[in-house]
Amino acid sequence: MSPPASDYALEVVNLNKAFGGLSVTHDVSLAIRPGERRLIIGPNGAGKTTLFNQISGDMRPNSGAIKLFGTDVTRFKPYTRAHLGMSRTYQIITLFTGDTLEHNVTLGLLGLRTSRWQMWRPLSYYGDLATQARRTLDAVGLLHLAERPISDIAYGEKRRVELAMALAQRPRVLLLDEPLAGLSNTERSQVKSLIASIPRDTTVIMIEHDMDTALDLAETVTLLNYGRVIVDGDREAVIADERTREVYLGA
Amino acid sequence: MKWIAAAVLTVVLALLPFLAGDFYVNLASQILIAALFALSLNLLVGYGGMTSLGHASYLGVAAYVCALLTSRYEFGHGPAAVISLAGTTAMAAFFGLLALRATGLGFLMITLALSQVLWGLAYRMSGVTNGDNGIAGLTRPRPFGVSLDNAASFYWFSLIVTSFAFLLMTIFVSSSFGSSLRGVRDQPRRMAALGFNPWMIRWITFIYAGFWGGVSGLLYVYYNKYIHPTSLSITSSAEALLGVIAGGSGTLGGPAVGAALVLLLKNYASAYIERWNMLLGLVFLFIVLVMPTGIVPGLGRLATAVRRGSR
Amino acid sequence: MQFWIIQGLNSLSLGGLLFLLSSGFSLIFGLMRLANLTHGAFFMLGTYFGATALRAYDGLNIWVTALGAGIAVAAIGGVFERLVLTRLKTNPLGQVLVTLGMSFIISDACLLLWGGDSIPVPTPQNLQSPTRVLGFVFPTYRLVLLGVAIAAAVGLYFLLERTRLGAMIRAGVDDGQMARAVGIPVSNLFTIVFCLGAGIAGAGGVLGGPILSAYPGLDADMLPLALIVVILGGVGSLLGAFIGSFVIGFTYTFGTALFPELSYIILFLPMIFVIAFRPQGLFGRLSA
Repeated sequence: MSPPASDYALEVVNLNKAFGGLSVTHDVSLAIRPGERRLIIGPNGAGKTTLFNQISGDMRPNSGAIKLFGTDVTRFKPYTRAHLGMSRTYQIITLFTGDTLEHNVTLGLLGLRTSRWQMWRPLSYYGDLATQARRTLDAVGLLHLAERPISDIAYGEKRRVELAMALAQRPRVLLLDEPLAGLSNTERSQVKSLIASIPRDTTVIMIEHDMDTALDLAETVTLLNYGRVIVDGDREAVIADERTREVYLGA
Repeated sequence: MKWIAAAVLTVVLALLPFLAGDFYVNLASQILIAALFALSLNLLVGYGGMTSLGHASYLGVAAYVCALLTSRYEFGHGPAAVISLAGTTAMAAFFGLLALRATGLGFLMITLALSQVLWGLAYRMSGVTNGDNGIAGLTRPRPFGVSLDNAASFYWFSLIVTSFAFLLMTIFVSSSFGSSLRGVRDQPRRMAALGFNPWMIRWITFIYAGFWGGVSGLLYVYYNKYIHPTSLSITSSAEALLGVIAGGSGTLGGPAVGAALVLLLKNYASAYIERWNMLLGLVFLFIVLVMPTGIVPGLGRLATAVRRGSR
Repeated sequence: MQFWIIQGLNSLSLGGLLFLLSSGFSLIFGLMRLANLTHGAFFMLGTYFGATALRAYDGLNIWVTALGAGIAVAAIGGVFERLVLTRLKTNPLGQVLVTLGMSFIISDACLLLWGGDSIPVPTPQNLQSPTRVLGFVFPTYRLVLLGVAIAAAVGLYFLLERTRLGAMIRAGVDDGQMARAVGIPVSNLFTIVFCLGAGIAGAGGVLGGPILSAYPGLDADMLPLALIVVILGGVGSLLGAFIGSFVIGFTYTFGTALFPELSYIILFLPMIFVIAFRPQGLFGRLSA
């Protein structure tokens, strides 16, 4: 299913979401071009993860649209969006803790293959999956831990596995939810260089609430507060904007 | 390596009729049937992460349909078995649609409610099911003309069916679909984000588990030559669940061991205690409070502790 | 016409009884996220207590008996909750399984204590003569039962909406973690709610005695009804339990009267519709 051509990799059009009387996403619109590195920032409770959840399909908006390379995916389930090239990581580590690193990445690769429905042959039959998984782990510098269970490795290494799983599928749009949270300085620079090395055919959208750490990875920035878009534009412009200072100092 | 162990075990089990009398052989047949039932439930509980308290639905429906077709409508055993299994599997598909509208406790409640309704129907629709009298006077099939009426031949028949079922279930859980199933059990949201369809994976597993539940129902009705609404009761589902938990839901073979233990307990205890249900309840409390991951892992831990202590 | 009126009243009184049975179940599930499979047994225990007391002491007031049985069952429930359920906080499946085990223990204990025969419960003397309304004759007891159920519903409503305890319970239902964080003694609340639920079931059992009789298997007959009411009405919702009880009361009564063999399927149908189209129940806020 090839989507119609479009200028934008991801478009969010007038998105609204409210819980009871509380509006968590208010008339949010975004236009992100292919290959762009977009940073979404905002204080705690600004609605950043809620926005991500609606983009990835984990949550249904009340109104508005989400378009992936021109295709309206607003009504699509998360797994359908994955098949259209969307991938995401979560704030909380959601890895398969009892399994090895290799198994985790292999599952990540299996999701887009028809062989995931195979009820006869074991996973080990698909040698190319294992090879690709190991290659992916190598790309994030974790090949030496491939046989270890997730529960055995450090937090920073888990974050890199998360990233590896999301990248393994060569997504067209990658959503990273606070990828640097809870990392030590060394771990942070490792993950940052990983993110910086993501190829241009993947559009990267990142949430961070700590503005300084992620700013150098971003080309464009969107500032959210109380579910609304406050400022949106090139990095330098947003930094210089008075409203940005207001949000962070006034908060 | 595991295959060799399994093959050896099967051969050893096959020798039982030469080593023991009819009473024990019959007991072993009952164990095989209970084990198959528990194994089918464990596909849902252990591998799928879906705890059902209504699994007796599939055992009971398959048993009743077979009983009715062979006794009242004079079907041959072959066609009766096919129709029973087809009907049970279709029912599993339908029940799955309903039950999977929820997860966790909601799922449990729906499976329980559905099974209780079937149980009530079995009692009330006495025109069809003979109500509290059950349907008696049934016969066993004659596969390839071989009579299953004596203990040994029925035992071997059950052994063949159960081993075959175990083999197929092993293939199922080791397949890539099986890996997806376990992934959905552990992190359904993550799996959806990776491109898997959690609902479909669960539904297919539900149907497959229902199918094998139906097979155990056929063995059950062949063995007993009688069927009664109690086989659809919550006690029936609960005994299987206890077997799964007692044996440990984490392994493929654990539930078989657990089911064997529950059956043996039931057999021996009822000789001394009239109130089996009360004992069953107490065993439930004991297992859940003291050995929640099951006897097999619990004993394993005990063994490790003893080894460490003796150093 | 007489038929419809009589069946209508029977539906209302059954609905009332179901409310007494299922309101506790719904509350316990809503607050403690626990599907209390012992609930049918609690109800049955009340019926047996009531049967014994009312047959032994002629002229004993049924309301007092109901209150007494309610307290007794609540106490049993409380002990069970403190000794067993609190140890299984991290094991929700285990909690369900022990309530199942407990239901087996209670039902077999009843069999042991009261034997296998059905024990009819006498309708209280002062409510035995029928009431005449608009030219129709109604069994008074059923009318009173309906009244009691409505009173219980109002009482529970006041408890939940107008008292501090109720506010804490509602906070616990909406967001347990947050409630703990603001200092609400959630663990004690759990015990209180469990006792309350069990107690209402026990009292309901006494009041249901004249209509149902005490018999082994009453618990297994009542539990699925409670489940269906709560699935239909939505978990944790008092209004859902109320409306659901009467929907089932009507469906079951008319179903049994018109199509006796299919009454269980007819009972089943509203639940199927609700599960298919609105899985959180008519008034529920969350799916388990």
